[in-house]
Amino acid sequence: MTTLPDVSTNAVASARWRPGEIVFWIVVVACGFLFPSRYLIMTDIVRLALFALSLDLILGYAGIVSLGHAAFFGVGAYSAGLLALHGIIGEPVVALVVAGFAAMVLGFFTSFLVIRGVDLTRLMVTLGIALLLEALAERFSNITGGTDGLQGIEMQPILGSFAFDIFGKTGFFYSLIVLFLLFLLARRIVHSPFGLSLRAIRNNPLRAAAIGIPVNRRLIAIYTVSAFYAGVAGALFTQTTALASLDVFSFERSADLMLMLVIGGTGYLYGGLIGAVVFKILQELFSTITPQYWLFWIGLVLVVIVLVGRARIHRWALWLPNLIIRQVAGRRAVVAVPESDAS
Amino acid sequence: MFIRRQLLLAAGAIAAAASVLPVRAEETVKIGLIVPMTGGQASTGKQIDNAIKLYMQQKGDTVAGKKIEIILRDDAAVPDNTKRIAQELIVNEKVNIIAGFGVTPAALAAAPLATQAKVPEIVMAAGTSIITERSPYIVRTSFTLPQSSTIIGDWAVKNGIKKVATLTSDYAPGNDALTSFKEHFVAGGGEIVEEVKVPLANPDFAPFLQRMKDSKPDAVFVFVPAGQGGNFMKQYAERGLDKSGIRVIGPGDVMDDDLLNNMGDAALGAVTAHLYSAAHPSQINKEFVAAYKKAFNNRPGFMAVGGYDGIHLIYEALKKTGGDATGDKLIAAMKGMKWESPRGPISIDPETRDIVQNIYIRKVEKVDGELYNVEFATFEAVKDPGKTKK
Repeated sequence: MTTLPDVSTNAVASARWRPGEIVFWIVVVACGFLFPSRYLIMTDIVRLALFALSLDLILGYAGIVSLGHAAFFGVGAYSAGLLALHGIIGEPVVALVVAGFAAMVLGFFTSFLVIRGVDLTRLMVTLGIALLLEALAERFSNITGGTDGLQGIEMQPILGSFAFDIFGKTGFFYSLIVLFLLFLLARRIVHSPFGLSLRAIRNNPLRAAAIGIPVNRRLIAIYTVSAFYAGVAGALFTQTTALASLDVFSFERSADLMLMLVIGGTGYLYGGLIGAVVFKILQELFSTITPQYWLFWIGLVLVVIVLVGRARIHRWALWLPNLIIRQVAGRRAVVAVPESDAS
Repeated sequence: MFIRRQLLLAAGAIAAAASVLPVRAEETVKIGLIVPMTGGQASTGKQIDNAIKLYMQQKGDTVAGKKIEIILRDDAAVPDNTKRIAQELIVNEKVNIIAGFGVTPAALAAAPLATQAKVPEIVMAAGTSIITERSPYIVRTSFTLPQSSTIIGDWAVKNGIKKVATLTSDYAPGNDALTSFKEHFVAGGGEIVEEVKVPLANPDFAPFLQRMKDSKPDAVFVFVPAGQGGNFMKQYAERGLDKSGIRVIGPGDVMDDDLLNNMGDAALGAVTAHLYSAAHPSQINKEFVAAYKKAFNNRPGFMAVGGYDGIHLIYEALKKTGGDATGDKLIAAMKGMKWESPRGPISIDPETRDIVQNIYIRKVEKVDGELYNVEFATFEAVKDPGKTKK
């Protein structure tokens, strides 16, 4: 009977903000001021990070693999695009939430299909749903604009006062604030008893059911939440680029997302964020150096990452930050990936 | 002590990295070339890139005292990439001109940026009529689909083709081609028996071809973007359509010179209307084809010509402005410019900034054991009918 208080103390302890996390967010905000000429790529990264966070919620915490997460991204993107194009909801923040809800509704209904199977079935089902939606968007090209995409979207200023500019400054800070708020929410969710029960389900669904966790209901809930996140990421995409075309549903988008989590690691929220940063920077770097063959190099790097192992790379990458902290704070390094969480 | 030294080293490394970043020289004109170099439309980007490299080899990289610098970027024909890259090139690299644009959505995505930043956008590939209307800074050196589709429509009626089935890619250029063909073909008394639109991103034509075959037309009107023609003709032959007496007609995109020679005998006899054939019998073209083949070991297609003329237009405009690369001056210089291209005489319409060019009717024939589009009729100085209608 002594284990029970241990669990709750552990949970509370792990939910506490670590200095490393605070440093992470300070660095992120600082980037916004340090690289004023790179807003667009940074906005792209922030959107991807949110999208990756969404997949991490189901993959890292609930163990649901998905190759069709772009379905929700796409629904969010088109919802936001159509709302703005037809002037139904002009205010971006409200439209963002509405688009998120649209994806959430889809997530709720498709979750029943997803919980029926195990890993391989889930891969196929999620992939199928995304392909289905892509085909539908293509078929109803009078609504979606088909391959040409939604043309002529004009975004109104955020909250009526911050207009989107050509340099992407507004878009970046807007996306960043959205990411941070949703990150806080996700953090709250995964450290709550609900989040802990998800981890129990991921580790062993049968045993989780045996100790009284309503497995299916929990999975439906987290899948729906994750769909909301993906929908918001999609809506951000449309709002910051004023574009929505068929490739929001594309398989590549879902697959890239999976790669980001492979790079960043699943099950500790920051994995998606780090993965998005690394993936996008690699992509940008290689496609600038060699516009023809960058796919080859990025593939090579991914193979190397998998072979070398993520834990080792994390240690190398954190060498400099740790060094600085040791110097400044005069104590042992604190910026480290919680190994227990990074499964 | 040791650790402090490490810290110094790290700081030094960062400083060194910062110092090797390029410094912008005042005497260069930067051209941001945004084309698909990967993905389904990669052949378009490669042709344009090759043609520009060839031109700069031939004419040198300085014009009117300015050094021309090409910054090549890959957008994989995805419009949001195009927009981001264009924006970054304009804001960060301070390019004077953006160019390329493999597909219509990409060209359209960049249009508002061209207007906002007053940077000329030279469209070297995308062929939807409306593109040049989207910004006063867009100039096109490729073609528009109505230019060739109306002409093949008229030709079909006059040459005993009564019933036609159409197969077009389902996006703006495909719809442009279909509408203008239909207009002219039906007005002349022809009949459309089957109308099929195929998804752009799904180049499996087999199920569509079966429907074509069943409707037994005299000819099938085909538009697929450059690069997909080879795949189409392969499946066309596999389904036995070449032996069923159904002819292939259309704008020339499907018979792209780039791929034509590998299509096999199924392509023989296909009649298309287009702006360029590698077999165009002019001295300039013969030299162009020979130089291109020598440099890249392949035949240039119409996309290569679009790129070649695009860079030529930029060079000539810079000569005219005396090296002044401000957007408004360049656009003014480009309007009304005339020259002899490998494709024949062309000019830039001063009103629409679109290209005015000859359209040739060609038939695929074997010349010296290789397949070529041999031109047999010419329509001179065709303006874009998609606009003159208004």
